[in-house]
Amino acid sequence: MAWQHKDLLGLRGLSKQEIELILDTAAPMKDIIGRDIKKVPTLRGKSVICLFYEASTRTRTSFELAGKFMSADTVNIAASSSSVVKGESLIDTGKTLDAMGTDIIVIRHAASGAPHLLAKHVKARVINAGDGAHEHPTQGLLDMYTIRERKGRLEGLTVTILGDVLHSRVARSNIWGLRTMGADVRVCGPSTLLPPELATIGVQAFTCIEEALDGADVVNVLRLQLERQKKGLFPTIREYARQFGLNQERLKRCKPDVLVLHPGPMNRGVEIADDVADADFAAIEEQVTNGVAVRMAILYLMMGGSGSGAVH
Amino acid sequence: MALYIKGGRVIDPANGINKIADIKIEEGLIAAIGDFAGAITEADEVIDATGKLVTPGLIDIHCHLREPGLEAKETIATGTRAAARGGFTAVCAMPNTKPVCDSQTGVEFIYNRAQATGLVRVYPIGAITKGSDGQELAEMADMAACGAVAFSDDGRPVPRSDIMRLGLQYAQMVDKVIISHCEDPELAKDGVMHEGYWSTVLGLRGIPAAAEAIMVARDILLAESAGAKLHIAHVSTARSVELIRQAQWRGVNVTGEVCPHHLALTDAAVEGFHTATKVNPPLRSDKDIEALRSALNDGTLTILATDHAPHTAEEKACEYNYAPFGISGLETAWPLFWRELVEAGVMTLPSFVAALTVAPAKRLGLPGGTLSVGAAADVTVIDPEHTETVTLENWQSKGKNTPFVGQILRSWPVTTIVGGRVVMRDRQVIG
Repeated sequence: MAWQHKDLLGLRGLSKQEIELILDTAAPMKDIIGRDIKKVPTLRGKSVICLFYEASTRTRTSFELAGKFMSADTVNIAASSSSVVKGESLIDTGKTLDAMGTDIIVIRHAASGAPHLLAKHVKARVINAGDGAHEHPTQGLLDMYTIRERKGRLEGLTVTILGDVLHSRVARSNIWGLRTMGADVRVCGPSTLLPPELATIGVQAFTCIEEALDGADVVNVLRLQLERQKKGLFPTIREYARQFGLNQERLKRCKPDVLVLHPGPMNRGVEIADDVADADFAAIEEQVTNGVAVRMAILYLMMGGSGSGAVH
Repeated sequence: MALYIKGGRVIDPANGINKIADIKIEEGLIAAIGDFAGAITEADEVIDATGKLVTPGLIDIHCHLREPGLEAKETIATGTRAAARGGFTAVCAMPNTKPVCDSQTGVEFIYNRAQATGLVRVYPIGAITKGSDGQELAEMADMAACGAVAFSDDGRPVPRSDIMRLGLQYAQMVDKVIISHCEDPELAKDGVMHEGYWSTVLGLRGIPAAAEAIMVARDILLAESAGAKLHIAHVSTARSVELIRQAQWRGVNVTGEVCPHHLALTDAAVEGFHTATKVNPPLRSDKDIEALRSALNDGTLTILATDHAPHTAEEKACEYNYAPFGISGLETAWPLFWRELVEAGVMTLPSFVAALTVAPAKRLGLPGGTLSVGAAADVTVIDPEHTETVTLENWQSKGKNTPFVGQILRSWPVTTIVGGRVVMRDRQVIG
């Protein structure tokens, strides 16, 4: 099976087979990351541009390394130091990069749907590296890869996503991907940070953390953007930590072999306790490694690689 | 020499006419309605309306012509050409131009420009507050005296209840209607689409239905206490409909209008982030559309309007969050309304025609909306069988921001006559 789409804009609408293709392809990629010499010639002569309109460390670096490990030429553009500050539109920026022979544009943007707009106007393949509160498909994929690696499966698992679901692109990609793969998804957070109509999507919503954790196989803790409190979306950080912070005591509600994830960066002591973040049952660092592998898999597949698992 | 419109189904709700007949137009006025087969001479001009509908010229009480100040989006010349192509013989221009039409000068400018460049009649609506900034009343009496037909800060709500109350009291004094853009600005803040399933899926900030209904409730209470005439612009939610219905039962002088896109599209249309679907109030849910249909069916809502809001292609060619709100609506209004209301069996033909002619005219005290003998000959001929794909090829408005491109629609205006002069014939704008 080969990748059938021009772009990767979200996990909503991807089939189980397509998600499996990416996850299966990521496994040999992870082997490359573990080597002394992390370099294969697979994407030699291909160019990948990371166009980031928002600050980022791990996603941008992860894509950059993924490209470099496969010998692609990677270029980073931060909007703050580009023609964007001169008022250039996203479409024009995209067309400029296109005209330079770019093969893949990886875009992060604060506005939901920005990668869709770009994809419509460029020949290059577009990968969504996070758009507003819409989707962050590679994060969803790396989360699923990590879960599958630890648990051996996705189907039938109960995954609780905890925190600011309203503003979270990570939550949405997780919801779509996990549901497609047959997992039960719960979300939990203050009612002011839960969007409407979650039941229509097939997700159970909780405002009581204990209920949400009851029997969970996986807890995916979302990063709380602290400025939300300044906007009055919840009363205080202190209360949030007390009501929704994940700690050892609360984890006892979950299955004994619970797995804890966090997309990072973490607010330790707010959404996640120190001793949870650093525990063996947490896979937060592993997620970062898997992120590179998953992104290598996506770049490889989008450049025409097959899902045979043979990477040269 | 007379102009005859021959053999069409004449529907003039103002006079209770619904029959096959000929119309004779002389010196810009409706001269007679009847059977003139033998009276037509070679010198006369004849429009064959066999198989077509002949109605009073359509009147849009809610459009944005953008002039002065925003001529890149639209001008009175292009906007009225779009109106003519849409079968409209008169349009009311909202005051959110640059500068805002909040003075006698502004009203006079629009009349003068319309006189010089307009293809159909243009009636200016004055602002309620200076600069439409919601703080101080504009010179409404002056504007009324020189021809402002109503008052509105459309595009924005009047956020302060005390100012809205004063505006209603003042409008009552000069016997004009206040047209309210109902939206609680704090609840709607930063919202770009309807809050619901699709805003959750797309990760776009939602505008809750309550943001509209809260202001509808407020303005009804204020109009009731002031004894003023209130008209709710672009009603889009089920709850707003309920509030208007209840207020009418109590005897409050409140009316409301519905726009074509709020009947033809739900918030599901936003999927794909096409900025042509970004409109304020936003495209709502199935349930809301059902309530709008019921309200048009039972007479709670009696007026159909376009909220024609043209924007440049450049402004709309951007991320969804950053695009301006608005759909360019004059040229597709009739066939969309037709599909959603007539073909769907929601409104009878006479009540449908009334909602686009006599009802808006009566509400704002405009001339027109009737085929009475002696009235100005503003007439629209519609071919209910004419099928056309919406394209931008012959689009007259500068605003190409329509989500309906590519749709095949049936029933289109084919001839528009303003004061006895044909301004659109066979779908081609003349002049």
